[in-house]
Amino acid sequence: MLDNLQLLFVWAPIINIQVILEGIFVGAVFALSAYGLALVWGVMNIKNLAQGDFVIMGGYLALALSSANIPLPLILLIVIAFMFVYGWGVYVLMIRRILDQDMFVSLLATFGLSLLMQQVMNLIFGPEVQTIDMELPNWDLFDNMVTIPSSKVISLGLAAVIATAVVIFMKKSRAGQAIRATAQDPRAARVLGIDTDKVYAFTFAFNSALCGAAGVLVSIIWVIQPFYGITYSVRSFAIVTAAGLGNLPGVISAAFGIGLFEKYVGMIIGTAYEVAAPVSILVMVLIWRQISMKRNRQVVR
Amino acid sequence: MKMRALMTVAGVCALATASAITPAVAKVDGDTIILGSSISLTGKYATNGLHTQRGYDFAVKTINDAGGVKVGGKSYKLAVTYYDDESTPARGAQLAERLIQQDGVEYMLGPYSSGMTKAIAPVSEKFGVPMVEAEGASRSLFTQGYKYLFAVLSTSEQYLATAVDMAAASTSDPKSIKVAMAFEGDPFSMDVRAGVIDKLNEYGMKTVIDDQLPADLSDMSTTLTKVKALKPDILIISGHSKGAATAARQIDEMKVNVPMIAMTHCEAAKVHEKFPKTATGFLCPTQWVETLSKSDPMFGSAADWNANFKKAYPSYSSVPYQSAQASAAVYVWKEAFEAANSFDKDTVRDAISKVEMETFYGDIKFSENGNNIAKPMFMRQIGSDAKYSLVETFKDMTFPRNVSY
Repeated sequence: MLDNLQLLFVWAPIINIQVILEGIFVGAVFALSAYGLALVWGVMNIKNLAQGDFVIMGGYLALALSSANIPLPLILLIVIAFMFVYGWGVYVLMIRRILDQDMFVSLLATFGLSLLMQQVMNLIFGPEVQTIDMELPNWDLFDNMVTIPSSKVISLGLAAVIATAVVIFMKKSRAGQAIRATAQDPRAARVLGIDTDKVYAFTFAFNSALCGAAGVLVSIIWVIQPFYGITYSVRSFAIVTAAGLGNLPGVISAAFGIGLFEKYVGMIIGTAYEVAAPVSILVMVLIWRQISMKRNRQVVR
Repeated sequence: MKMRALMTVAGVCALATASAITPAVAKVDGDTIILGSSISLTGKYATNGLHTQRGYDFAVKTINDAGGVKVGGKSYKLAVTYYDDESTPARGAQLAERLIQQDGVEYMLGPYSSGMTKAIAPVSEKFGVPMVEAEGASRSLFTQGYKYLFAVLSTSEQYLATAVDMAAASTSDPKSIKVAMAFEGDPFSMDVRAGVIDKLNEYGMKTVIDDQLPADLSDMSTTLTKVKALKPDILIISGHSKGAATAARQIDEMKVNVPMIAMTHCEAAKVHEKFPKTATGFLCPTQWVETLSKSDPMFGSAADWNANFKKAYPSYSSVPYQSAQASAAVYVWKEAFEAANSFDKDTVRDAISKVEMETFYGDIKFSENGNNIAKPMFMRQIGSDAKYSLVETFKDMTFPRNVSY
């Protein structure tokens, strides 16, 4: 550990740039899936444990499409469209029925969905680790001490475009306004003529599409496997808990923060602890919230 | 009340007789010797489970076609009862119990993977049923004092130890060699690591990186960043197929230039197909190669087995060693039955422990702990044409790796 600190700050400080870049790339992908989770959680109070599996499903769709030699922008559009329809279907078949139930029902139901999706993907695509190799150039800087794969730059750009589109959509469009209104007060929204059932369906489908987009990015910059969804679920939960619900700038900054934290932990303590990093943030945030809220809490006897 | 008690007693009696009678029938059914195996046909080990099953089936068919197994002057055919363990250890243990208790199987073939073998071995041990396994390489399987477990393959600590030998041979001063290691935290990879560490200490080499990789590994860029900064002479990686795939992908992306890279599961992860440029020069251990100069009267040479297996299963372009060792396990059963000249499971067990033979898969001789001590691990290097070539000593290998990113 001391060696690693020395390496980072004394021997080869230039590799900090690499670590920071990796953190940013990771954060960009997390931000997409975490925002979807925050939306569903905030609007309809569903804690979607299958979030990561939606991401992996998007990745596998991209893999299937890329083997048919379809260009990346088109793949992204097809996956987003397909995942939107899939999300709508899941809402109609399942989520609609658990909306009024308590928290455990939504957790159990989405956990079941997660298992189902994993096994179906395993049956269709097999248990091997797969990846889309687009054979894009990699740039190197500082005497090959820092390498920047163009696939990661592209995915960062795509994530930025998608996030901007989401912000504009939520602020300006009628559908976005309806979602925000429903999140604030579903009953009032209904009184004012908003079809909340449709808003819920749209929100869930929208989340699924965002996850699909994240999955496409994951499959071109890392590797996918049917059972990898859980890591994306855990990270999304950590980010949303840290950022709060329905707060897009918060989610994005938390995503980048967790991405950077993860990479620095990996660098200093070891790669094995990278996955533990977001969970430890989750714990720290919860403890800090408990303490800071204690001041406002009044004891009723 | 009385009636009820009577019925319960009757029920218990019926159950007791049922379970007492069934085992006697199935172990040798007429002229067929029944072997049992719980194997992963679905779940995460499905692919390798299928390779294993085909290896078993191919050997059974070859042996039966050649006249079967001769015991007491009579010819018996072999047959295997399979159950799908869904790649879950708990299910595997359950099915092993079912094979032994309900189906009366007294001779077992192993499942796929060390983890599954670890779950099943205590069951077969409890009932005193011998098991010849071909796919569980973990060293820890052979430190439990199991009496009925035999493995035809080399154990996991031998996987990458040869790579360290070769690194040592690359210079006149092995002590100057800097080593970077990245191993997953699972039992198999930890065994591989233990073997490597023993060798490193033997040569007095210096470890500059010793990272543990997480189980759901999809990004090892931090480890590789360190590798680039510290410039080791050899990089050693083990993390199953996902480790090999992730490593190859990111070594390419980050243009990592280490003169010698050794990793397990190159072939299973198909790194030579997916990353032909980067994979050039990778050293990959294997249990078996089809160019091996070993042979036996049943399957012929390694090349013969390979050709015939491909004929039986034309979907393989290159045959995985998992199938070869599965065939070897069935062959051990045939030899043991004939040597024992009996179907008593303890007599057969003693015969297995005394087996000493040359096969297309390599020599087989079991230690007291049940692992095969006669066969070494083989090391192959991926060439620029994405082909694997056998590397027996340092002289056979291309050093340093010749890659231009």
